[in-house]
Amino acid sequence: MTAPLLKTQNLTKHFKLGANALVQAVDDISLEIAPREILGLVGESGSGKSTFGKTVIGLHEKTSGTVTFNGEEMPDTYQAADFQRFADKMQMIFQDPYSSLNPRMTVGEIIGEGLFLHSDLKRSEVNDQVAEWLRKVGLNADHMSRYPHEFSGGQRQRIGIARALILNPEFVVCDEPISALDVSVQAQVVNLLGELKDSMGLTLLFIAHDLSMVRYVSDRIAVMYLGSMIEIGRSDDVFFDPQHPYTQLLIGSNPEPDPNHERTRTSVSIPGEIPSPVNIPPGCRFASRCPKVMDVCREQTPSLIPLVDIGDDHHVACHLFDARLQRELQK
Amino acid sequence: MALLEVKNLHVEFTTYGGIVHAVRGVDFSVDEGETLAIVGESGCGKSVTVQSIMGLIPMPPGRITQGTAHLRGHDIIQSKIIDGKDIRGNFVGMIFQDPMSSLNPTMTIGAQIAEPLEVHRGQSHRDAMRRATELLDMVQIPEAAKRARQYPFEFSGGMLQRSMIAMAIACEPLVLIADEPSTALDVTIQAQILDLVKSIQKETGMAIILITHDLGVVARLADTVSVMYAGEVMEAGSVDDVFYRSAHPYTLGLKEAMPTNQTGRSRQLKPIDGSPPDLFSPPTGCSYAARCPHTMEVCLENNPNAFPMQDGHQAKCWLHHEECDVVAEELHQA
Repeated sequence: MTAPLLKTQNLTKHFKLGANALVQAVDDISLEIAPREILGLVGESGSGKSTFGKTVIGLHEKTSGTVTFNGEEMPDTYQAADFQRFADKMQMIFQDPYSSLNPRMTVGEIIGEGLFLHSDLKRSEVNDQVAEWLRKVGLNADHMSRYPHEFSGGQRQRIGIARALILNPEFVVCDEPISALDVSVQAQVVNLLGELKDSMGLTLLFIAHDLSMVRYVSDRIAVMYLGSMIEIGRSDDVFFDPQHPYTQLLIGSNPEPDPNHERTRTSVSIPGEIPSPVNIPPGCRFASRCPKVMDVCREQTPSLIPLVDIGDDHHVACHLFDARLQRELQK
Repeated sequence: MALLEVKNLHVEFTTYGGIVHAVRGVDFSVDEGETLAIVGESGCGKSVTVQSIMGLIPMPPGRITQGTAHLRGHDIIQSKIIDGKDIRGNFVGMIFQDPMSSLNPTMTIGAQIAEPLEVHRGQSHRDAMRRATELLDMVQIPEAAKRARQYPFEFSGGMLQRSMIAMAIACEPLVLIADEPSTALDVTIQAQILDLVKSIQKETGMAIILITHDLGVVARLADTVSVMYAGEVMEAGSVDDVFYRSAHPYTLGLKEAMPTNQTGRSRQLKPIDGSPPDLFSPPTGCSYAARCPHTMEVCLENNPNAFPMQDGHQAKCWLHHEECDVVAEELHQA
């Protein structure tokens, strides 16, 4: 495997809520993203996937752990100069195309702002590039002087994409870039991202909760639950052969647009909801809902273990697989 | 006669920018124990359709210009009363998309569920509260008696949606209208809510009108489907006909734009290019013509009527005209 472009080691982000309450939003996540790879990050709301993405690019200050980008360790606390230095390498596309564009700026100003700040191009040169990018994302160069409210959701998301990519970054965090869009428009945006990824050689962290779309987009999928990563592997492996009980539940709950399949499926829904991330008890975080819970799950936090017999790169954090790992090691 | 039958419904809104023709000639009907799904993208008029017949659209600016809606033969557009009783909350229950903002934050959950019983059934507060607790139990909220005394902010999104369901079915309605009931919920909670709605329907035999944009949810719950686009029903029929023998290019386009869960994939999804028409001045021809891969001259000039096929399956598309030489089977390969 080539050297990873981005690597997090034991990345942890806790938020303090008063004296005794601690929100363990992201806990001890280690992963690597190879150059030109798309890593899908899925989980329910409150699982910490967006916090992870924001911590990786420095929008949240990390509590502990490290983020290494291109072999360089990122600072603990970002100063203005750090943002200045990394802005043309790492960018973010936000979920809500309605609230992430400044309504008082024209589209040209929004997209061109990064270039003004990070290059010494003249205004006319910036405008040329903005026009080119508007065309690249399927809009019209005349749209430059318009304001965000004049565009539909899908068009605004394209503006957000142009803004993120105009500096030619290497790594982009896409935080639910399609979940606010209609089905027919989702496909447009996903295809656009795919084309740009190929032509620019981008590496993406694709955060979403729509499993079938994530599988479609990503090379690998990581699944988060309540702040910890519980499974990671190649996209089709995780989707068609999920190993962790939570991933099985998550994928089994996803309704498919196929009436025959839906009629014959057995219901997998389990009771209960994702618990509060405040002061999480020790042990496996899924223990309170897990249909296969054992005593050990409530005491020890499982760590990610490789599933050698299933396939390369498939890791699961679940005590069910401890015994299997032992057997493998003895062989 | 169908339980609820809507014919040729037209709804308009007067705005500063002109008149928006939000619903343009919608027909549908639903029978007891049956689930009708109204599918479409945002702005296609699916919510306005049901809200207008329930009288939930402020008028003005809204206006029903044409059409009829009959519940058990009673005209419910003219009068919101059957046999001296209100329809809303009584014969027809509704659940909405966002449970957080649809419940009253200053009333306990129990009191909100009890309210329709007191209003429509004249029950005493004490009886209604007792029934509210039973209903919370029925929608599988643990410790129902304690929960009934709590306020909405103490509930999670999934539990709020369960409470909304309890409220909607309190008066044993004939029809339950579920407007995007699971859109705001996570997928594991969505599965719970859909299972719950299905089991309640089995028990009570009520009809359900499910409004959604998610074809997966439709496949799980619906018996019949109406696909809406730009204020019109483009295709209608049984869930199998609409999914497996789609007869309208828009339905096919929607299906192809979604990732399938089959192994072996091509990297490209097939998006539908363009965007829906402006409903201030809807096109004279077919409203999908601008985005349709099969557009013919006739499509640009004349809006087709619904062409009936087998078993009540129908599609509003010129491709089904007898003089058109494209056969339905070819549609699927295109």
